[in-house]
Amino acid sequence: MKMAFLSVKNIVKKFETQTALNNVNVEIEKGELVSILGPSGCGKTTLLRIIAGLETPDMGQVFIDGKDCTPLPPSKRNFGIVFQSYALFPHMTVEQNLMFGLNQQKQLRKDERKERTREMLEMVDLYDHRKKYPSQLSGGQQQRIALARALSLKPAFLLLDEPLSALDAKVRIKLRAEIRRIQKKLGITTILVTHDQEEALTMADKIVVMNNAVIEQVGTPKEIYNMPKTAFTANFIGTMNLYQQDRILWGVRPEAIGITRTARASDQAYHKGMVEEIEFRGALTRVYGRLKENQEVICADMDSRQAENLLLKEKEEVFFYIPQSGTICYPSREAAERNTA
Amino acid sequence: MKKISVQKLHGNPADILMLCMTLAFVVVLLCPLAALFSKAFLTASGEFAGLENYIRYFSTPALSVSIQNTMVVSCGSAVLGTLLGFLYAYGLTRTGIKGKTFFRYVAMIPLFLPTVVHGLSLVYLFGKQGIITGLGWDIGLYGKTGILLSEVIYTFPQSFLMFSIALNYADGRLYEAADSMGCSSLKKFTHITLPSVRYTLINSLFVCFTLAFTDFGAPKVLGGNYNVLATDIYKQVAGQFNMNMGAVVGTLLLIPAVISFGVDRVTSGKDKEGISSKAQTLKIKKGRVRDGFFYLICIAITLCLLSLVGVLFVGAFTKYYPYDMSFTLENFRFNPSTGGIQSYLNSIEMSFLTAVLGTLFTFLYAYFIERGKCRGIFKNTGKILSSLPLALPGMVIGLGFIFFFNQKNNPLHVIYGTVMILVLANMVHFYSVPFVTASSALKKLDKEYENVADSLKIPGWKTFCKVVVPLSLSAVLEIFMYYFMNSMVTVSAVVFLYSARFKVASIAITHMEEAGDIAQAAAMSLLILLINVVARGIYEICRRQRSRERRTCPQKEKAGIHFLKGRVQSTM
Repeated sequence: MKMAFLSVKNIVKKFETQTALNNVNVEIEKGELVSILGPSGCGKTTLLRIIAGLETPDMGQVFIDGKDCTPLPPSKRNFGIVFQSYALFPHMTVEQNLMFGLNQQKQLRKDERKERTREMLEMVDLYDHRKKYPSQLSGGQQQRIALARALSLKPAFLLLDEPLSALDAKVRIKLRAEIRRIQKKLGITTILVTHDQEEALTMADKIVVMNNAVIEQVGTPKEIYNMPKTAFTANFIGTMNLYQQDRILWGVRPEAIGITRTARASDQAYHKGMVEEIEFRGALTRVYGRLKENQEVICADMDSRQAENLLLKEKEEVFFYIPQSGTICYPSREAAERNTA
Repeated sequence: MKKISVQKLHGNPADILMLCMTLAFVVVLLCPLAALFSKAFLTASGEFAGLENYIRYFSTPALSVSIQNTMVVSCGSAVLGTLLGFLYAYGLTRTGIKGKTFFRYVAMIPLFLPTVVHGLSLVYLFGKQGIITGLGWDIGLYGKTGILLSEVIYTFPQSFLMFSIALNYADGRLYEAADSMGCSSLKKFTHITLPSVRYTLINSLFVCFTLAFTDFGAPKVLGGNYNVLATDIYKQVAGQFNMNMGAVVGTLLLIPAVISFGVDRVTSGKDKEGISSKAQTLKIKKGRVRDGFFYLICIAITLCLLSLVGVLFVGAFTKYYPYDMSFTLENFRFNPSTGGIQSYLNSIEMSFLTAVLGTLFTFLYAYFIERGKCRGIFKNTGKILSSLPLALPGMVIGLGFIFFFNQKNNPLHVIYGTVMILVLANMVHFYSVPFVTASSALKKLDKEYENVADSLKIPGWKTFCKVVVPLSLSAVLEIFMYYFMNSMVTVSAVVFLYSARFKVASIAITHMEEAGDIAQAAAMSLLILLINVVARGIYEICRRQRSRERRTCPQKEKAGIHFLKGRVQSTM
C-alpha cells in the first residue's frame, strides 16, 4: 500500500493533568493544504508541534516521506514554520531575517543566497521593504515576511500555526487568499492550524476537525459542512439547529429552513412557531423563533430582501419549513450525551 | 520510546551544560552552607555537640545581650527606613514638586558606598571631633544611636526604590471615582493609596530589618561597646578563632533572612495583581500645602545625604581635620600597611571579574531554565537553587566559604586566599537579583524564536549569540552593573575571605579607620564613589542610546514588566 507523504500514527500526548492527544491518526498527501480545525485546547497546536518535532509524543510515530521521523529533532525534518506571533527577529532587517537561515546553507554561494532572498521577497511582494525593520511594517506585512522566511530554505512542507489570528479582519481575508495562492504555486504540502472555521473552509483541501484530544471528522470543506458526522462538528462549523425526536438527534442548517405564512396542510415539513427575534446581518437576516409543538428554539437564515418582503414582526405566528433533505440524523450516542448535559 | 530518552540524555548538549552548571552551583552554594551548619553542631575537636554550642551561646550573658541589641537597632531601622523611604517616594511620585530626577539620583548615593563609609561620614559629623558636635550638639554617636542612624541611611534607598515603583502604578480611575463620591484627601490616602502598597510596605519592613540585622560595616565603625550579632561573629572567628561559636551566630543571622525570603515569596507581585491593564495614569492635582510639605521632607533628606558625601570631601582634601583645614592631596598617598592603593586596584579587579563571570553564569543559567531544551527536572532544580541566595546574608556566605574551602583535603583549597574565592562569594551573594532580571527579560522574548531558528537549521548556540543576547542586551548590562557596584562596596561577604596578599578597598577602609587614618579612609571612599559613579554613568549612556534606538522601532511593553524591574532594582 502506498503511504501518504506525511502520516501521523496512533499519537498519544499527555501533559501533567490532561490528555492533549488521544490516539490521533492523520494522513496528508503531497501538495495538499490540510487544515486542523478545532476550539482552543483541543490539541491541534500540540499535533502540529509533534509533527514539527517541537514536542515528543508519549506514544505513536510520525512518518515523513515514508521515513519514521519520531526521534528526529526539528532541524532534521526539513519544514518551514510560521507562528501567530510572526517571531521575526526584531533587531534584523527583513533581508537579514531571511539571510540568517540562508547563511547557514554552506552549499549555496553568496550570490545564490542573495538571489533566493530576492525571489522569496518578490513572491510575497515585499522586496521594496527589504531594508526595513519588522516594527516598521504592518502586521500583515510582517506575517508575509515570516512566510517568505519559512519558505526560503525550500522546505519539504510548511506548517502554519494560527498564522492569521493576530491580524485585523480585512487583512486576514486578503492574506488568506495570498497564502493559498503561494501554496498552490509552489505545490507545497501545508498544514494550517486554526480555530477559525471560515479560514479552514476557504483555504483547505482537506479539513481535520478536532475536539477534546480526538479527531471528530476528516473531509473536504464541502463534506464537513454538508455532512457533519457529529453534532460537535455541525455546531462548530456554521450554525446548526439541533433537536430531539424519539431519542434521535436531528440537525438542520438555518439556511435550509424557510419561513412562510401559510402551510400546505398535508405536508409534514411545515411546523407552526412564533417569531421571537429578528436580527439583521447585512445580506442575510436571521430569525429566531420557537416551535409550537415542542417549544424548541429554532433559527433560520433568509435573504434580507426576502425577509423585508415578508414584513415579519416579533411575536408573530408563522410556519417554519424544514425539508427532509436538509436534516441530518445523529447517532444516539450524542443524543444521550446531550440529555445528560 | 526508551531509546529516545537515552539518546536525549547522551546527546543533548543543553542537558550536559545544565548539569555542569547545576553541580557548580551546588558546590559553591550548598556545600559551604552544609559546612557552616555542621560546624554549629560540632565541638572544637570535631565531636558531635548537639545543641550544646547554642546553649553555651545563650547562657553567656554578654552574648545574648547582642541579640537584644541587634533586635533593637534592626526594628528601629526597619521602621525609620521604611517611613522615610515611603515619604520620599510619595513626594517623588504623587506630588507636584520639581527636580524629581535630581532627588532620585541623590537617594541612590548610599548604594554607591560601603556601609562602613556611612559610619565614617557620621563620625565626621557627630563623632568626638565632628562638625556638628563642635557646634555644641553631642548626640552620643557611638553605640545604639550611631548604628541606628547608619542603618537608616543604608536601608533608606532600598525602601525608597521599592515604594517608588509601587506608588508609580496608580490607577487614576479609582481616585476620580473617589472624587466623584466626595471623598476627602485623607480618606483617599487611607482607602486607596495605602491598600495599594500594603505588600510593598510589608516587604520593605522585612527587607530593611534583615539588612540592618545582618550588616557588619556600620557596627564595626560605630558600635563601640554596643555589641550586635554581626560583630560577634567577627570577634568569635577572627579574634578568638572560635569557629563553632561563629557558626552558631551565623545560623542565627540566617533566621530573619529566611523569614524575609519567605515573606518576599508570598507577597512578591501581589501589589501588581491589583493593577488593571486598563489603569489610567493618575493626574497629579495642584496642592500647595502638600507640595510644600514634601519639598521640606525631600530637601531635608537630600541635604543629609549630600552632607554625608560632603564631609568625605572635606576629610579627604584637608591636612589634619579639624585642626589644619588647608587643602592637600596627601591623603590619597595611601599608607601601604593598611592596604594602600593596591587594595583599590584589587577591588576593581575583583568587581570586574565578578561582573564578567557573574553575568555569564547568571544569564546562561537563566536562559537554560527559561528557554533551554533541557529536562524539566534540571529547570526546576535550577529555579530553586537560584532563589536561595536571596536568603543568605554576606557574612553567612563568607563563613560557609572558609569552613568549606579551607579544608585541607578539599581540592578546591587552591583558590583559598586568591581573588577567585572572593569572586565566587560575591557571585553567590548577589546572584538572585540578576537572575530575576535575566529571567524576566528572557520571558519577554517571543517564545518561538528558537523554534523558528531550529526550523531554519540554525544551531542553538548561534541563535543564543545572534538573537537572544542582542535582544536582552539591556538586561545583560543591568546585571553587569549590579554585580560590579555591589562587589565594589561589599564588606560582609569578603571580611572573612580576603587575604593579606589580596586586600580589597572596602576592607582597607575599615583598617584605615581602625588605625586612625580616617582622612585616608575618606579619600579611599571617594575613590570607590568615583568608580561607581563613572560605571553608572557609562551604563546610563548605553541605556539611553539603546532606548533611542528603540524609539525608531518602538516595541510595546507591558506594565507588569516595569514593576518587576523596579523590584529588581530595589533589592540592590
